[in-house]
Amino acid sequence: MAFDDAYGALTDHDDDARWAYGTGFTDPLAGVPAGFPEGVDRAGLAAYCLMLGDDALIMSHRLQQWVTRAPELEDEMALANIGLDLLGQARLLLARAGEAEGAGRDEDDLAYRRDPHEFRNVRLAERADADFAHLIARLLVLTTWRLALFDRLAGSRDPMLAAIAAKGVKELTYHRDYAARWTVRLGDGTALSHERMTAAVAEVLPPAAELFQPHQIELSLAAAGVAVDPATLRAEFDTVLAEVLTTATIDVAPGFSATAVGSPAATPGSPAATAGSPAAAAGSPETAASGRDGEHTEALGGILAEMQGLARAVPGGAW
Amino acid sequence: MNGEETFADTIARDHRVEPRDWMPDGYRQTLIRQIAQHAHSEIIGMQPEGEWITRAPTLRRKAILLAKVQDEAGHGLYLYSAAETLGADRGDLTRRLIEGRQKYSSIFNYPTLSFADVGVIGWLVDGAAICNQVPLCRSSYGPYARAMIRICKEESFHQRQGYELLMTMMGGTPEQRDMVQDAVNRWWWPSLMMFGPPDGDSPNSARSMAWKIKRHSNDELRQRFVDMTVPQAEALGVTLPDPQLRWNEERSRYDFGEPEWSELKRVISGDGPLNRQRIERRRQADADGAWVREAAAAHAEKQRSRR
Repeated sequence: MAFDDAYGALTDHDDDARWAYGTGFTDPLAGVPAGFPEGVDRAGLAAYCLMLGDDALIMSHRLQQWVTRAPELEDEMALANIGLDLLGQARLLLARAGEAEGAGRDEDDLAYRRDPHEFRNVRLAERADADFAHLIARLLVLTTWRLALFDRLAGSRDPMLAAIAAKGVKELTYHRDYAARWTVRLGDGTALSHERMTAAVAEVLPPAAELFQPHQIELSLAAAGVAVDPATLRAEFDTVLAEVLTTATIDVAPGFSATAVGSPAATPGSPAATAGSPAAAAGSPETAASGRDGEHTEALGGILAEMQGLARAVPGGAW
Repeated sequence: MNGEETFADTIARDHRVEPRDWMPDGYRQTLIRQIAQHAHSEIIGMQPEGEWITRAPTLRRKAILLAKVQDEAGHGLYLYSAAETLGADRGDLTRRLIEGRQKYSSIFNYPTLSFADVGVIGWLVDGAAICNQVPLCRSSYGPYARAMIRICKEESFHQRQGYELLMTMMGGTPEQRDMVQDAVNRWWWPSLMMFGPPDGDSPNSARSMAWKIKRHSNDELRQRFVDMTVPQAEALGVTLPDPQLRWNEERSRYDFGEPEWSELKRVISGDGPLNRQRIERRRQADADGAWVREAAAAHAEKQRSRR
């Protein structure tokens, strides 16, 4: 490479190989038919895309907060990579939500101009991580659930949602694998790491009940072949978690097993388990309010203040 | 030919020295020091821009910035690996960084005060880094030269993205144009200092040039950078904060003012705006991650003994 080409190389615009880790701007949804399938409730579809998009956007934000703080360089790369994938999923889903809504809002309007009560993510996504074990436990739970969900969503009657999910499956397979490997390393590592990983799993599993609690919108869109009823993901989730936790030599509290996530018997006296139990919610989804209804923890306000501050401070700004 | 003669011959023919070849101890030590400093710079360099990932004002800019900071982690990783081919150990190099026994580029001790800084770092800081690094793609040490080819490709992509952000902001509100000019004012002189002290005051340069680890002098690279940047500043519509900056018809190059070298010395010696915070963040991450690394090692050991 000649020295005199130092600047010349910069004006060569046709080389996508400059991206080391595959974040090129080619349209991942090229060729997917535009428009909406017959008989699909567009307002419902918009709300559903917001739910799945917000899950990814908020979890990505938590991963972004780990940048420069990971335990090793390889994990610095991996966490940023997962954060980027989820951000990509969020962008596609928010854009689809905007289209379905038909009010002219784009991905940035939806990310930057909504207040906490308008966000529809599950509360587990917004939870702060006390340490690396907590991050891994949350990542394991969220990615195992989301992979099971996207796997089924790839057959959605909405071709756009199906395409987004099919792309996401490849990404989430890696995310789940990363989280599972670390769960095993930490669980079956030193005495200290075993203790921390066990504590993290025990803390993250009860609130995970929310993930399987169907919202009315999910149920009606699932009936129309567009969405997935999250209650149907339990069996796969339980199987995967049991396998990972067993390999990791993690035995969650007595009377608690991965196969009984969130059931009241599993965590006696836990308000989260009682309120969020899928069994309790299955008959009447509207009884237990959740992140899907816009009810969040204080953590979400903090995340949005950080994320939206600059965008809101410069009205009419071009970025 | 003995090892020493083979080495001299390799250098003279402009061929590459490879890890298993004989090399003078000074050559090995100089390279370890230079590659480690470069790796440390990539890792510390994640911090100033990393500050803005969670606050990026659009999702597209957020994705670009996150990908860029991830690339920097990747560059750090290749470079530490290149240093390991010379017998260094990554953990040991990290300790040297944290304990202040090895340096990193002083530019990363300056704060990023607005989102325009993200664009200016891409344009000026990555631009200066490219001027420094493109010649290293022809460095005499093979693993370093090969790592630099990939790094330079990515750096040039980052530079273009930074410049594109600034162009967009200059087309925005008056407040945004002021942000860009302010960021240019703050980063211009530190960027010129990235090429190191003037040639007359650069003790290690001559030997590195003889060994073809380094190919051009600090002053020569600095001039290249100025010549390349001035027309870009004009296209952007910003003023570079140097009253002595003007085209010299006779030399066919730009004349420019002298950076405040005492500032460079001060920042290098640890007294820059954010030296302590940058190292502290790296130290904290290393300390917080120690139990995780120990767990991974213990697990790997268990796996080995089970087999």
